[in-house]
Amino acid sequence: MTRKVEKEVEDKIMEVEEAVKKFISNGCHIGLGGFTVQRHPMELIREIIRQRKRNLVLYGCSQGIDADILIGAGCVKRIEMAYVGDEPFVSPSPNFRRAVEERSIEWEDYSNFGATLRFVAGALGVPFMPTKSMLGSDMITKWGISSRSRKRRKDPRLAKKKLAVIDCPFTGEKVALVPACKPEVAVIHAQMCGGNGTVRILGQTFVDEFIARAAEKVIVTCEEIISEEIMRVEPERNQIPFYLVDAIIQVPYGAHPTAVYKYYDYDPEHYAVYIRAAKAGQEAFEKYLEEYVYSVDGISEYLKKIGGKEKLDRLKADSILGYSTQIRRGEPFR
Amino acid sequence: MDEDDFSKYTTVELMICRAAKELKNGEIAFIGTGLPMIAAMLAKRMHAPDLIVVFEAGTIDSKLLHLPGSVGDPRCVYGSTICSGLFDVFGTVLQRGRVDVGFLGGAQCDMYGNINSTAIGDYLKPRVRLPGSGGAGDIAALAKRTVIIMKHEKRRFPRRVDYLTSVGWIEGLDSRSKVGLKEGGPVTVVTDLCVMKFDEKDKSAYVAEIHPGVSQEMIQDETGFPLDFSRAKETPEPTIDEIRLIRKEIDPERVILRRLTKYRQF
Repeated sequence: MTRKVEKEVEDKIMEVEEAVKKFISNGCHIGLGGFTVQRHPMELIREIIRQRKRNLVLYGCSQGIDADILIGAGCVKRIEMAYVGDEPFVSPSPNFRRAVEERSIEWEDYSNFGATLRFVAGALGVPFMPTKSMLGSDMITKWGISSRSRKRRKDPRLAKKKLAVIDCPFTGEKVALVPACKPEVAVIHAQMCGGNGTVRILGQTFVDEFIARAAEKVIVTCEEIISEEIMRVEPERNQIPFYLVDAIIQVPYGAHPTAVYKYYDYDPEHYAVYIRAAKAGQEAFEKYLEEYVYSVDGISEYLKKIGGKEKLDRLKADSILGYSTQIRRGEPFR
Repeated sequence: MDEDDFSKYTTVELMICRAAKELKNGEIAFIGTGLPMIAAMLAKRMHAPDLIVVFEAGTIDSKLLHLPGSVGDPRCVYGSTICSGLFDVFGTVLQRGRVDVGFLGGAQCDMYGNINSTAIGDYLKPRVRLPGSGGAGDIAALAKRTVIIMKHEKRRFPRRVDYLTSVGWIEGLDSRSKVGLKEGGPVTVVTDLCVMKFDEKDKSAYVAEIHPGVSQEMIQDETGFPLDFSRAKETPEPTIDEIRLIRKEIDPERVILRRLTKYRQF
């Protein structure tokens, strides 16, 4: 038994380069973890950009720089989500806004709860979930991808309808049904992961535990790899069971510039750099990508570029509060 | 302006103080990023210490030592009674019917309190793409009542929103309950010019309070539909205590206030 676990450990622990090569193909359907400015698997996302993956389909709830940088790098064909914005810095995220206005990507809007329930349905293995939300809104009537186009495409992951409204068979009241979402790959950044894949998220879990359960494969980047044995001393603190996880990558500060509760805060200075470049247009954004993604050989070099030890010390979370009190969040934008 | 002179206030500070009064002690409030967060933190420090603040990303009754920059901010976690995720908060708190009041904002708000935060122009060929619903569409549909905070400009108050993200009274009268929403709906709109409420019968917006220094003409000029002023009083002014709390304790880093400098001053 011990030997089997050791073998699996060898199989799962890898670098971002290998994980992207192995699990993310062109046209891959990806479920994105994290929420606005927290716990996005940014180093993995930068590696997806470095490997120049194309025609990706993204699924999320409230995404931010994770979806935006992929869109700006030309990796994305379609996004199905509720929100793309970098609260508290800019909203909507600049590349997302430009891509939609220029219609260079496809999009489909749900509410946060609607988008959440799509992953819940996927995780439960049922075709849809009902909700009272979105009734009476244009999310019900206005579709990014028409019913006809959905039927024509024969994409098994694209539901035949964006959603449907029915009368409840038990009470007669109106409910909206959202189709299940089962991404090919879930990409998640957690604080801790066991050597065999048991995941522990501290703070808000967002929708990550459902995205992982709905997806066929799961890539977890984490701040720390902890011995599986220790992770199982307090299993009640874990959210994702090991057998769902296919790749484990230890990347300290791997969510930068987004925050990781109890580890580090979001980086307003880097957000300011990113947003300035992304707002200035495609050419300026290419320069950003060259500087912080294409020319960078891994996370250590990246962390030097964004300010090195001095910056990381300032972002480091207070052990009680779980975030930094050393950053001035309004300042870089004055 | 002298930031240490708490007797003088900005329009946005007036809006925050007025919005805070919509929150009652002991209620469960579903709070979004930005001005609503400051209003909620102010209410908790003034008249509503037992207000239960819910953030959609998964935290309930946070003690909020520092102003979060997002509802998904690590700052939302401190002192919470529970820390979970979107399924729990939207599902078992909001949709279950536990939320008394939700705050909403957006790019457009029409005469029935419907809000657009998705797209200006055609949805498929937008002139301006906005961030999208986020949790706003959920709050609008499922909270027992909602309060809207908006900048008052003609293009932001059209007769009809370009895209209906967050459902208000839809087309007035009983149109909200006809789509399947038996409860909820907007009760108050706080703008930088006035406070609007909704007529009990036809559910259209009317002016209930006018901010000091603002005229009826100014409000009507900045609104894309005719307004009734017959029930209008003057908006109460902020107190020195409230202004000091906002500047010195709630947003000293100007995380949110920095983004709200475009409001007119009277």
